[in-house]
Amino acid sequence: MDNAIIQLNGLTKRFPVGSGYFTALSDIDLSFSKGEFAGLVGPSGSGKTTLLNIIGSLDVPSVGEATVLNHSIAGLNQKQAANLRNHHIGFIFQTYNLLPVYTVYENVEFALLLQKMSATERRKAVMQALEWVGLTDKEKSRPSMLSGGECQRVAIARSMVKKPEIVLADEPTANLDSKNSHHILQTMQKLNDELGVTFIFSTHDEKVMQYLKRKISLADGRVVADELAILSQ
Amino acid sequence: MIAFKLAYKNLLGAGLRTWLNVSVLSLAFVLIIFYNAMIDGWNRQGRNDTQNWEIAQGQYWHPEYDKYDVYTINDAHQALINPIQKHVDAGRMVPELLQQASIYPQGRMQSIILRGIPSEQSVLKLPTHLLKSDSEELIALIGKRMAKASKLKLNDTVLLRWRDKNGTFDAAEMRIGGIFNCDVAEIDNGQIYISYALMQNMMGLSNEATLLVDKLGMGEQFSDWDFKSPSFLLKELDELINSERISGMVMQLILLLIALLAIFDTQILAIFRRKKEIGTYIALGLTRQQVVRVFTIEGGMHSVLAALLGAVYGIPLFMWIDSVGINFGSADMGITIAERVYPYYSLQLVLITIVVVVVSSTIVSFIPARKIARMKPTDALKGKM
Repeated sequence: MDNAIIQLNGLTKRFPVGSGYFTALSDIDLSFSKGEFAGLVGPSGSGKTTLLNIIGSLDVPSVGEATVLNHSIAGLNQKQAANLRNHHIGFIFQTYNLLPVYTVYENVEFALLLQKMSATERRKAVMQALEWVGLTDKEKSRPSMLSGGECQRVAIARSMVKKPEIVLADEPTANLDSKNSHHILQTMQKLNDELGVTFIFSTHDEKVMQYLKRKISLADGRVVADELAILSQ
Repeated sequence: MIAFKLAYKNLLGAGLRTWLNVSVLSLAFVLIIFYNAMIDGWNRQGRNDTQNWEIAQGQYWHPEYDKYDVYTINDAHQALINPIQKHVDAGRMVPELLQQASIYPQGRMQSIILRGIPSEQSVLKLPTHLLKSDSEELIALIGKRMAKASKLKLNDTVLLRWRDKNGTFDAAEMRIGGIFNCDVAEIDNGQIYISYALMQNMMGLSNEATLLVDKLGMGEQFSDWDFKSPSFLLKELDELINSERISGMVMQLILLLIALLAIFDTQILAIFRRKKEIGTYIALGLTRQQVVRVFTIEGGMHSVLAALLGAVYGIPLFMWIDSVGINFGSADMGITIAERVYPYYSLQLVLITIVVVVVSSTIVSFIPARKIARMKPTDALKGKM
């Protein structure tokens, strides 16, 4: 694909186990374009999170090439990888991973602290991100005072505040009830439509699959299906 | 700057655990400063007292004289040469003539050092004016320690026996004309002061002296007189205080180690319990080295908060102790120490203590935080080490 922002070629990932290796991903060839709303689906242990980690420059492939926004993941040093994550990639985790001692505002602001941005610009960006997820009234609350759905919306705001090209969401609805799941998926869908951000999910949740525009099925570390979805929403 | 901001937030966010560590460390701060201030206070008072009562700005000794060897005393005397006599007459030098003698309080013999000192001198704080007498009466001045040891009271009389320059024994009744209270044990224990002029007559040593006390510390050289500087004369006190300081440091070190152990323990626990947070920092764009820095600063900041907390209760406490002093009682310990010692807080002491505690707490924070540099971000996000 010519306009691919993520290109995976012959990607294999092995982890040492005892005296041998466990192959988590095997010979993956995939590419993602700007603005995709794609999901890696499959059972536990199929390699979804490992693939997201490599795309997110948190891990490197054992064999093959992973190129994200024209950066070869294997060739990045720690500082370059951190810079890529800070400026271009947002993460959403199953367990939200909010920083407990910070307020909602500070959690969202965190990503911007590493960028050279004035306090006024930061405030504007944070409030805009909180507006996207409908949490402007909770800016002073701490994560312990929020519901699971609200926490995940804060995590979305945190991932979106820096206006990244890519958002990687690892099982974002796994800890949420049905109503909250739909709420946050609609929020992400809206951000995808309005801002053109590429969303890549790892999930085995049927509710998420309803929203995906592209569904990549993984089994035992291999891509077994890659199909465009017919949206029911 | 971000690392400081994050560390500060995390530290305060940890609540009670932080304040427990900070409290223990602040106690270490306050006690280290207090103990050293007491030693410094004792040192200053001891030096001042010794200079005021015994050595002024230095002494000139007869070449034979050794204050630690009584056998040198009998022959350690010589005439005052002209330039010295001029200084004596001008009140810039105080001659002292020393000889061995015996007293017989309550019929028991006691060896003493008899010191002849001009009754009109004003260089030393010794109340030598009490030695002035219009009659032939032999008046003596002794310290409170000597009075206690010989059971002598004011106006008691006691038999004094001495040998003159020819070795002839002589004896006379002596009245205790004054008992002084001084913190310098050395000029008190076993010492009896009489008039310089009278002593010259008694010994047949006209215009001779064993040592000269120098008021101004001019350091002028005179043949056959060895100048002893205050630093030489105070060496014994310095050594005593240094040995006290070193033994005190052991206690301070133990106290500091307890506080540092609490920080170390907190850091170990933090890195174990906050793996997901570490993973999140990395996912959000911090490098592992930056996370190590955040955790190290976080640990080191305990000491900064401890300094602030210590200041809150330490400064009023120090000010109060500074005004009332610490009473060491009147028990004679045989060393130069005041009954009431006032601590001396120097900026140097406070700064050194702060630097030592901040640096050591930063080091103990860094040691466990190094583990983060070896942590895989994907494992950290899962909560695995």
